[in-house]
Amino acid sequence: MIKAKPKPIEEIIHEIKDCSKVLVVGCNGCVTVCEAGGLKEVELLTSALRIYFMKSNKHMEIDETSLTRQCDKEYLQELEDRIDRYDAVVSLACGAGVQLMAEMYGDKPIFPGVDTCFIGITEEQGVWTERCQACGQCILASTGGICPIARCAKRMLNGPCGGSENGKCELSILVGRDVDCGWHLIYERLKRLGQLQRFGQPSDDKDWTLSRDGGPRIIVKEDSKV
Amino acid sequence: MRLSYPSNIRIVKVPCTGRVAAIHLLKTLEMGADGVFVAGCLEGDCHYQAGNLRARKRVAYVRQILQSIGLEPERVAMYNLSAGMGVRFAEITREMTEKIRQLGPNPIKSAGAMKEAAA
Amino acid sequence: MNTTTPSRLEKIIAAGHLAVTSECGPPRDGRADVVGKKAELLRNHVDAINVTDNQTAVVRQCSLAACIRLKLMGLEPVLQMVTRDRNRIAMQSDLLGATSFGIHNVLCLTGDHQRFGDHPSSVNVFDMDSTRLIQTVKLMRDDGRLLSGHEMAEGRPQMFIGAAENPFADPFEIRVLRLAKKAAAGVQFIQTQCIYNMQKFKKWMEGVREMGLHEKVAILAGLTPMKNVGMAKYMKNRVPGIDVPDDIIKRLAGVPKEKQAEEGIQICLEQIEELKQEEGIRGFHIMAIEWEEKVPDIVERAGLYPRPSVN
Repeated sequence: MIKAKPKPIEEIIHEIKDCSKVLVVGCNGCVTVCEAGGLKEVELLTSALRIYFMKSNKHMEIDETSLTRQCDKEYLQELEDRIDRYDAVVSLACGAGVQLMAEMYGDKPIFPGVDTCFIGITEEQGVWTERCQACGQCILASTGGICPIARCAKRMLNGPCGGSENGKCELSILVGRDVDCGWHLIYERLKRLGQLQRFGQPSDDKDWTLSRDGGPRIIVKEDSKV
Repeated sequence: MRLSYPSNIRIVKVPCTGRVAAIHLLKTLEMGADGVFVAGCLEGDCHYQAGNLRARKRVAYVRQILQSIGLEPERVAMYNLSAGMGVRFAEITREMTEKIRQLGPNPIKSAGAMKEAAA
Repeated sequence: MNTTTPSRLEKIIAAGHLAVTSECGPPRDGRADVVGKKAELLRNHVDAINVTDNQTAVVRQCSLAACIRLKLMGLEPVLQMVTRDRNRIAMQSDLLGATSFGIHNVLCLTGDHQRFGDHPSSVNVFDMDSTRLIQTVKLMRDDGRLLSGHEMAEGRPQMFIGAAENPFADPFEIRVLRLAKKAAAGVQFIQTQCIYNMQKFKKWMEGVREMGLHEKVAILAGLTPMKNVGMAKYMKNRVPGIDVPDDIIKRLAGVPKEKQAEEGIQICLEQIEELKQEEGIRGFHIMAIEWEEKVPDIVERAGLYPRPSVN
């Protein structure tokens, strides 16, 4: 799922400080799973904001709610009746949700409350790691189910590089934590699957037009369109 | 044990401090409390394994939030003691009360906004 | 052995001589004389001179400009190219530029991650990796085409294709397989990471020979003389991918400070002698960073001077 983390409160305060009525809207989808923007986080944020503005002697009304998702119009529509009352909305959805809300309610400033980080998985409670870069053309079949685009810092297709040491990426010494070498993981997995011959062959070229590099993307499923 | 401790303490009992969430601590301050502390079992002695460790982390998290919004992080604290340590409990309450007294009342109480909300 | 390009380096290797290469790093500004001065020190003592490409992701004068300068000085440059900073368009473009000046050697590298350098917040290109770059150069040279399919009737690169290898990073099996992959992609010569752990290096060479790679690829052993024990410790602890055994450190620490440089050169010379006997070693890549003036001394004392002449 999409993984995000809460924005520094100072940033949010900076955006809403001239308002007097703000609605904080969470999302029960991805950001709930990674504990960044669900109802619990909405409550925490609104409580903190209220304390801040009360302390600053500023009159500020902060309301809270959460929607099933913010990436589908039908849920965002639920805000139709009440959104006009507010000067601004802080959305704790991922970047996609914030944008759709802004599209639907174009006259209302919609501020993001989380930093959307990556597509990833839960390693353990409280720890999420990146797995997918949405490159548009999945090559996991040839790399034993481990993605070199997301898990190799240099997105090499013929890794590892010379900096891979004991299964760790050369970046580990820089970032102060162990970063797995994606290609080392691929090598071990291919070995386990008895597919090491894939490792010995130079890989096919990658067409980056299908990724972000090709421009903003669209998927159309004709049989689903009404 | 019939020890005396300050009467300004309001005790909220929980089966384990692991039950205490960050929002409980923050809301307490939002509602006007001058300070809040979590008294959990000694580390390693949690009846539910690690509840008190989770509580400690949540206290740390709330302190961070307080830092960001300009409220003194010391208004929230974590203490560890066993159920039998009556003397220590009294000590803690006195310590915490003294600390809060030095910090002064919760600033939101004096601010006009709080009075308005209460009205 | 036939040659595929007019490269002097290739000809020397093909003729069965032990090749000698070295490197010079361009300055972090636009001065015109720095690279030339360093290279001039090496003129008669090496067969080709590598110019590094924004090494460690630190911005320096570009390798292509410096290589052109060396070429105009009548020297034989090796254009080092990393894939970190340029996409396939820029890389092919630079290769064509190099071709127009008659540069005949290219070292294809992926490159240290940009976070190591002085502009860590920059975008990460890596449109290709070293293996893909090797394939690209080969395509341009042998098929006369760009990756897009565009055909070049004339002006095709005539480049001797090289790459780097690090025999010391674990796990060991991957190190040999990587070389095999690059060989399959078309690499013709390899310069290794600088060697201090002779045992480990020989183990890698064993693996290389087992796969018959020493016959497909000319391996040049990388060597860097230690200036003092401080440098040895730094390289051991702070530079990724370099393996400095404790007995080298002990050896350097065991001599007085003013004798350490000479001891470092001694170690280097002993390594050269040992590696001359190693099957599959076709030469030496002597990297005396900011100590280029020592290279002629090392080459002479190693019995590798004068350099053979080839036409």
